Order: sequence, then structure tokens, then C-alpha cells
Amino acid sequence: MSLVQPDPVFVGGSVGKSIAKPDNLEKVQGRAEYIADLYRPGMLHGAILASPHAHARIRGYDLTEALNAPGVVAIVTGDDVGDGRMGAFIKDEHAIARGKVLYVGEPVAAVAARTEQEARHACRLIKVDYEELPAVLSPEEGLADGAPVLHERLADYIKVFDAGSAGNLCSRTELSEGDVESAWADCDVIVEGEYTTQAQAHVSMEPCGALADVDANGRVTLWSANQSVFRVQANVCESLSLPMSKLRCLTPRVGAGFGNKMEAHIQPITVALALKAKRPVKLIMTREEDFEMVRARHPFRVRMKTGAKADGTLVARECEVLVDCGAFADDSPGVMGYSLLMCGGPYRIPNLKASGRLVYTNKLRFGAFRGFGNPQVLFAGEQQIDEIGDRLGLDPFAIRRKNMLREGDQWFVGPRIGSNGLALCLDAVEKAAKGPRADGSPRNFGLAVTAHISGLLGTGAIVRMLEDGTISLNTGATDIGQGSDTVLAQICAEELKMPFDQVAVASPDTDGSPYNWGTTASRVTYTTGRAVRAAAKQVVDQAMSHAAEMLECPIDDLELREGGRIGRRGANTDVTFAQISGRAHWAVGGPLVGSQTLVYDEPTHDPKRAIALGLPFPRIGVFSFAALGVDVDVDDTSGQVTVQEVWSAADVGRAINPRLVEVQLHGGFVQGLGYALYEEMVWDGARLANPSLMDYKVPTSRDVPDAIHTFIIEDPDPSGPFGAKGAGEIGLNAAAGAIANAVAKATGARHSHLPLTGERVLAGMLDSGTSSERSA
Amino acid sequence: MSKKILHSLNLNGEEVEVATPAGATLLETMREDLRILSAKRGCNQGVCGACTVLIDGKPVRACLTLTARCEGHAVQTMEGMGGDRVMATLQRHMVESGGVQCGFCTSGILISARELLEEDPAPSRAAVKTALSGNICRCTGYRTIVDAVCSAAEELAQ
Repeated sequence: MSLVQPDPVFVGGSVGKSIAKPDNLEKVQGRAEYIADLYRPGMLHGAILASPHAHARIRGYDLTEALNAPGVVAIVTGDDVGDGRMGAFIKDEHAIARGKVLYVGEPVAAVAARTEQEARHACRLIKVDYEELPAVLSPEEGLADGAPVLHERLADYIKVFDAGSAGNLCSRTELSEGDVESAWADCDVIVEGEYTTQAQAHVSMEPCGALADVDANGRVTLWSANQSVFRVQANVCESLSLPMSKLRCLTPRVGAGFGNKMEAHIQPITVALALKAKRPVKLIMTREEDFEMVRARHPFRVRMKTGAKADGTLVARECEVLVDCGAFADDSPGVMGYSLLMCGGPYRIPNLKASGRLVYTNKLRFGAFRGFGNPQVLFAGEQQIDEIGDRLGLDPFAIRRKNMLREGDQWFVGPRIGSNGLALCLDAVEKAAKGPRADGSPRNFGLAVTAHISGLLGTGAIVRMLEDGTISLNTGATDIGQGSDTVLAQICAEELKMPFDQVAVASPDTDGSPYNWGTTASRVTYTTGRAVRAAAKQVVDQAMSHAAEMLECPIDDLELREGGRIGRRGANTDVTFAQISGRAHWAVGGPLVGSQTLVYDEPTHDPKRAIALGLPFPRIGVFSFAALGVDVDVDDTSGQVTVQEVWSAADVGRAINPRLVEVQLHGGFVQGLGYALYEEMVWDGARLANPSLMDYKVPTSRDVPDAIHTFIIEDPDPSGPFGAKGAGEIGLNAAAGAIANAVAKATGARHSHLPLTGERVLAGMLDSGTSSERSA
Repeated sequence: MSKKILHSLNLNGEEVEVATPAGATLLETMREDLRILSAKRGCNQGVCGACTVLIDGKPVRACLTLTARCEGHAVQTMEGMGGDRVMATLQRHMVESGGVQCGFCTSGILISARELLEEDPAPSRAAVKTALSGNICRCTGYRTIVDAVCSAAEELAQ
């Protein structure tokens, strides 16, 4: 027996406790290392030359002057990267522009030099010979007859689903159940509208960056700001035609994600530079480049029509979306497909039809962003629910309660709904927001409800008991600051009945971690948590076998006791995990390791129920639910909207760490508040006009209400770890819809374009006669 | 290209000599030449506040401050605040309140908060929000950060 430690003291269960994240300490001390904080011996710095054109053929490069500039070691262009293509749904993207440029800002060349300054200087000396082509700047232009085509070889690209691509049509999706066309005749009230939503920038506080190093055998190690080391590995290897075994991906601390660090940014370019320079290269984007080169939330055009009976029962809805894809598919087919799955909201609507077209344009790619298509369709759908309620004299709570999905129902096209705490969410918001404000004045109250999935794709966990009985947990899930390392350690500690601080969480490493699709889609707590719990259970079972031999009794007589002990029921004697693990390591059976992988495998589509064409996600997940209430003031001379108070209730199954759930609801709402009221990426022709924090406003501490009340509703999902479901996105989804409903209450005017700027709201007030500045 | 110039700085209480390119900002000099990394490059434009440091006790944007202008002034970063009781209290409340998520903005926020408590030991919530309005956080929605600063101030007042 070696290294026997004093018996650990158990401090009570971990699940359900608001344990502070262990990484908080290094962060408040300024010691956390992000990608820009990493240095390697002999390291060079990279910089990127961006395309000045929206659409142009590259005829050639003149690198002479740049190669002779001070400090320059290597330059990479499209000539260096081969014809490999990456993409989550459609493999349409090279590591760096090759043959053509497709948007202003697209990386065309990259330089590795001794300093960042020298690399940037050399970029300006690169000459690219372009033949300009006419550009497509909107989906409508892209679909027009004779439109210039972005991807001439689209038909040949690898696609992972039935995309229906043609011309500039990247993909199309059509879903339907019931019979919408004939159902309109059964409706007593029908509302209809066309809505547009804007591009929103993620603005993770840490700009994207990467650092690549090449070893003596040519194998590459890549650190980067990411939401999945495994997606980084796949994207770099696909775009540079490298075997995956030749690339190891790691992650330092990540300065937030929100979707922009899930798929590739400049990791492939950084690897190409390091391979060419044969030295480590670090490439950190400026804020402007981060705006112009990475990805953003999709602008949507939504046509929606909803009908109900006179008693408020919903009968039919039709939703058609036209989505700006930008220059590359990225996650766009998934976003559009998911938006259509969500367009009915958490309601029973027997006749529902949804269709979408996703169109390539000569703009920055749009991609995954917290909410993933849900906020756009919700902005339309939740306003229409209120409009129907208004016409029929039903208050916002009543019409939603009347129509909401119940446990045991199926979601649109068929996925199973596990637990459903929506009714409890509505109760919590209604009770807390009841009555006037503290000063007696009436509220301008707006309500919206939402659902979001957690599940999706592959994951794994390895739980190892160390010699002294403490635990190492390795999942490959990147913690982007939201606290998944903490939550997964809580799940592991709970299953093993051990103190939380005796579970160490390994940093993701493609060499040593089990596969994890990524920190995205609100999935880590639910999906990875399931794997963690199952792997921990295996370790418990193995420990039980040892204990049975050590205590000379049947396993059935044993019990797992708090603090890492196993004893015989009814007797005081027990053995510790330290004793068991020592025996396993040095004498009998071998070290204790639990390992579980899984993939979410319940089908989305029930063919008996619905028709689905071009569905990008055949298996999505279980559903979380939420209700959001807001109380707003509208300045009657400027139209400016101020949110006074917020009530956010979310059914997350079981809150493994309630504080971390609350902060997700706070942060999600505030990001949604910016989306609702002012955040907007604006293009001047083909060029992004506001790629800086000076010109693109995000909420500051002064822009948010003090009173954000959160209500955690726990309706445990039988399949979730200790009942948990996802919580990462649901706090954002309903913000714009709820605020639009509150603005309608305050001003009498409905809005169909986001953001709800003072200018737009004032125009609405002038039309409805509620502004003090009456129009002449 | 860039000729290097020798500067002597008082950084976190120590006199340091550093050769840095002409025109370098304090943020560049600290990060690239001295490996003082708690100040972050979030925007390089003076908007986000992630590079906030103290010069002669006042918060400034290191990305907008030329290194040459720092000669003869005391520069303080999070690395040099280990012994500061007010900072230690703020840090503890941030850890406990949930005010730390990704952490990229955290040093800058704590330095702004430290300066606020120096000026106003018992700030109102509104005063805290105003003092932090030059530091962008994209994760928390600010609520738990403001809570942390207020509760730290209360504890320090006792």
C-alpha cells in the first residue's frame, strides 16, 4: 500500500449546491492563461491580409517585397493549402481564400514574422492581382435569375444531409404536419406578418486566436480559443488534408464563446504558417478582425401566419424563412433547420408548416450564436400569440396556458418531450410580476415563452481513481467560462459520494480526452453529464468488487458511504477508496477506470406524424422550457426603450449548480436585451461599417436593469444526470419577443423589425398616436 | 523597422528597465516585453476596459497609454496587488457571487472597482454601475459583479 492519505471528510452532496468555480480564483488574480498569454521558445507572430473585395477571382500574388521585409519568416496563401475543404454540414471552405475571395475581410494571405508589428507591416506589402466580380449582397439578390454564383462547384461538395443545394441556394428545409391549407378555414382569427431580424456580433471579450507548434516528426500541436478541441481538429485536418493523428489540439482558458469559437476561425491558417515556418506561430486577431472574419448571428426574413379558434385554441401556423448564409455554409443549415423545428413554439398546433431557404451571399459567414435560430422565429411567433390573445380578450398568460405542450406530447415533427415545467415557469412569472410597480404606476408588461433542446451528438467521460483514492475526470468538454468543469465535477463527486474538491478535471486534449462534439447547443451538462455519471458509476461498481473481497462478504451486503468509503450494511467496518485503489494499483485487478461514451440517438423525425425534407439534425435532444416577463418604459419623445424589471423562469430539470444557472439566465437576457434594442452589424455596400466596439454598442453595466429576478424550475428529466437539462441558451431566446410585446403594450404599436431602436419605436408611436410629439 | 528605446518604469513597486519599440503602448510593453499578462487586449481602442491598470493610483487604459509617458509614474497591475486588503476583499466577493465567468474582463473590472472604493467607500448600486460602465462584460449581465462590489464595500465598512 502506498501513499495512504488521511481519510477524506465528506461535506455533503455536491449536486444542487452553488459551489464557486475553482477557476474563479486564478481569474480574479489575473493569472488565468488565455491563448494570447501563451508563448513558446522561438515563437513567431502571425498576421492576416484581408480581402478588400466582396467577390473577385485571384489571378496571382506578388510576395517579393513582403518576403524581404524585416523579420518575415513565412507567408501562406491559397497556393499553399491544397484543395481540402471543411464545413460542419457542407464542406465548402478552404483554410484560406483559394482561387476566389467571397467577402470583404476574408483572409487572403498570412505572414509569420518575429513580431506582430513586423507581420502586419509585411501584410501591407503583399500584392494580390484580383479580377473583380459582381457581388451578391442579399438572399433576394442571390436567388434572382442570372445572379453571380459564389460556389461554382457546389454540386461536388461533400454534404452531410440532403441539402437540395443549387446555384446560390445553400440548403432548403421543409417540415409539415397536419394540413395547414385546409385548416385556415377552421380559424376564427388569423394574424399574419413579415419580420426581419438583424446580424448580431458575438463579442466574446477575448478575440479569437491560435498558437501552433510543429515537432521534430512534423506532428502539430495547436492551442486555440475554442468551444471544441475536436471540431478544431476536424476542421484543420479537413482543410489542410492532414490525418487527424498528426494534429493534437489543446485549449487554454477561453474568454467566452457564444458560438463564435465552435467551428474554425484562424486555426487552419495558423497551422499552415507553422508548418511552412517550421517554428511556433501565434496569431491573435484584433477586435476589428474578430468582427470581420469570424461569424455572426443570421439575419432572417420571417413570414408567419397563425390562426386560432374564437376560444383561443391554436389551429394552424405557417412559417417561411429566408436566411442570409454569408459566404460559407458553416453551421447555417443547422441554424435554419433548427429555427424551423422551433417555429411553432412550445404549443400544441395541430397544423404546422415550416419552410426555409438559405442563400449564399458575399458577406461574412453567419453561424452558431446562442439561441441558434430560435430568437429570430420567436420574435415573430410570440408577438402573434399576443396579437391573437388581444383580439380574443385573452391575457398573455391565459392564451399560453391554454395552448402549451404538456408532458407526454411530442414536439413538431416528432421528438419526445421528457419533462416539461413550462406551466410552473408561467406561474412563477405571473405571481412575481403581478400588480403595479412599487410606486403604484402600471407596468408595461411583456411576456414570451420558449423551449430549447439539449442533447446532440457524441460525448464521453473517463473517470480514474488515483492511487490515493482521489479522482481524475476527463471529458474533452471545453469550459468557456460558464462553469461546465465545475458542474461535471459535481456530478462525478455526487455519484462517488466524494468531496467536490477531490475531483480534478483534466483540460481537453485530443490526445487524451474522449471525444466531445463541443460546448454548444446547451448540451454539456445534459449530454456529457450523462457520460460522467455513468463512468463514475462504473468506478463505484469496480470499487464494490474490491470491497467485497476485502471485507469478505457479498457485494449485495455493501453500501457506498459518504466520503469515499464502502462498508457492510449494519456494521461499522469499512474500507476507504484509498485502500481499494492501492490494492487495485499494486496487487489485484489493476487501476480503477470508468469509461463511457454515448451519442444522443433518439430520432427527431417521426415519419408517421410529419413530413420532413432537408432536416440537418436527425437527432436533437430533450427540451428545457422558460417564461420571460419584462416591464419597460418608453421615452415618449425619443422612443428609447428602458427595461425596468425582468422575471426569468427556466425549467432546467435539475440545477446541478443553481448559481451558475442564474448567471446563465442573467447573461443570456442581457445579450438578448442588446439584440432586442440596439446591437446591429451594419454593411455599407459590401463592407461592414461598424467593426469596432466604438461603433457596435453592447450593453454596459448602466444599460441593464437592477431587478433581474430568476426562478429556477426543476422538473427532472428522467434521462438527464440527476434530472438535469440544458440552461445555456434559454435565457436569451425570449428576450426580443418579450420586449417587443412590452413595447406594444406601452405604445400600442407592433414592431416587425429588430432592433427596436428609439427611431423605430418613436415612428410606431407617431403612427399609433402615443407620442407626445404628435405628427402634424 | 521599429527602433527600440530604453525606458525605466516603476511597475508593481519595482524599478524595471525595458527596451521597447518607439511608439509602443504600455499594454504592448507589459505583455510582449515584460510578460505582465493580467491586462488583456480586448479592443485596443480604449472601449472595453480589459486592459485597465492603475497609474499613480488612477485607472487608465494601458492600450491607449504610451510606454514613454509612464516614466516617472507608478504603474500597478493585478500582479502587484497581492497585499492589498481592499482588492483581496473584492476578489473574494467576486469569487463567491458568481461575478466571474470567462474571466477575460475580470482584472479590469476589479481595478475599476478598487478605485471606486478608494473614492467612495460606501457606494450606491447606481454609483457602482457608473464606475464599471467602462468595463464590458459579455457573460454575466453585470448583476453578480455589482452585487460583489456592493457586498465587498459593506464588509470593508464594518
